[in-house]
Amino acid sequence: METIDMIRSILQSTLILAVSPFLFGIINRTKAFFAGRKGSPLLQLYYDIYKLSRKSAVYSRTITRVFIAGPIVGLGAILSATMLVPFAGRASFISFEGDIILFIYLFGLTRFVAVLAALDTGSSFEGMGASREVQFAVFAEPALFLSMAALARVTGVTSLSAIYSNLNAISWTTWSPVFLLVAGAIFIIFLAENSRIPVDDPNTHLELTMIHEVMVLDHGGVDLAFILYGSAVKFWILGTLVAGIFFGAHSRGWMVDYSLFIIGMVLFAFIVGAVESVLARLRLLKVPHFLIVALALSVLALAFTMR
Amino acid sequence: MNSLIDLLSITILLMNLMMLSSSRISTCIRIVAFQGILFGLMPFVIHSHAIALGAMIYSIVSIGLKGFVFPWLLFRAQREANIRKEVEPIGGYPLSLLMGVAMFLVSFWLSSRLPYIRTVSSDLVMPVSFMTFFTGAFIIVGRMKALTQVIGYLVLENGVYLFGAALLIEQPFLVELAILLDIFVAVFVMGIAIFHISREFDNIDTQNLSQLKDWVNTK
Repeated sequence: METIDMIRSILQSTLILAVSPFLFGIINRTKAFFAGRKGSPLLQLYYDIYKLSRKSAVYSRTITRVFIAGPIVGLGAILSATMLVPFAGRASFISFEGDIILFIYLFGLTRFVAVLAALDTGSSFEGMGASREVQFAVFAEPALFLSMAALARVTGVTSLSAIYSNLNAISWTTWSPVFLLVAGAIFIIFLAENSRIPVDDPNTHLELTMIHEVMVLDHGGVDLAFILYGSAVKFWILGTLVAGIFFGAHSRGWMVDYSLFIIGMVLFAFIVGAVESVLARLRLLKVPHFLIVALALSVLALAFTMR
Repeated sequence: MNSLIDLLSITILLMNLMMLSSSRISTCIRIVAFQGILFGLMPFVIHSHAIALGAMIYSIVSIGLKGFVFPWLLFRAQREANIRKEVEPIGGYPLSLLMGVAMFLVSFWLSSRLPYIRTVSSDLVMPVSFMTFFTGAFIIVGRMKALTQVIGYLVLENGVYLFGAALLIEQPFLVELAILLDIFVAVFVMGIAIFHISREFDNIDTQNLSQLKDWVNTK
């Protein structure tokens, strides 16, 4: 039994690593559909990563080792987070009490090294992007913490995979307000963290308006491949937090659960693509306001669990 | 049944937050209209088993007034005064939103301390009514335009109404109708007042009302 669980959790992590770039293809296809275009191939990100990984990176003369370490540490932190995240409501590779804090700070570490690498280039544009990224994180991080705290309080456990496997046993009729508020809050954080449209445009090429994209402008070759792959995996992991609330049931066999969950994630990618196509980008000054909405929703969710 | 009350309460709560964070006055009017309809439905949901004929008539009248007549009056006042946005509120919108959350937490605490008779079927109704009350007060204090302050007044009254609806089984019918009449007259008169203020001053910023004194101190 032990070995089966072990193999299964390794399989889960490998599945996440293999499938996550695929979601970006789905989003791009959805956006293309809304815009009436044909769109890039579904596997485009795989091609991009393959192409970039064969190229060597070009470094400017002003950089130090911090810049080189940035993408490596960033990808490492995200891969470690993959070990913690549950899959289809089943236990992850590693889980212990209080791993939500480690989980959230692994993303904090990713952001920290990305910001340091951006500042290390000495470019004023990248400094601007770094400043924005950090400013928005100030609002996004407490909101994520409070949402997780609300879920932890509902389920009574503080481990990420235990929370999501316990969610199935809890009745939707009594806790539906909490679940919906938390899902709303995490979805807003998700859009901000993955630099999706209402907050940041992943396709923009105007430095003045970019947030996340401007920080990676000076990275090239393998470094850029690391960053792209890291953001794809991050997209999957944070998406799991939203989709896991709705697609967590594991009453059937694990094959059914896995396929249902993957379908759920694909559906989630469709929704993100639709949101991106329908909404316009917020003005930069409005973004903190948008994130404060997430904060407010998570505080409300936490307050509802207290009654 | 209980979950329906919860759902209504949360909708009202989220609408309060929306109202605190939106700068467009027309959005605020729409929210207050929808809120009025929800508040009118509240007695049906809370006392669904034994609702008196008087209370039913009152609810219907209140839905009609708050959901349709008041918005119409407010939209007319807005058109006449020709304003679309609250320009510079005290504090700004993100802060108002956070204040709204803080107000909700305070009302949660407040309603847990109140020794009211536990006839209320959902423990969310009390906090939400307090929160609505505070939101109205906050809008009256924190916003500059006279029209927004009227909206704040309506929100405040909604909170008081929900408090009554949640607590009382026997509604003193005539008193409630008289209150409704009072609000109607108030909104009506304020609509006219707003029009005249905007004609005199070219805007309806209530800060300018401090100019209305006999002798202006010239520093």
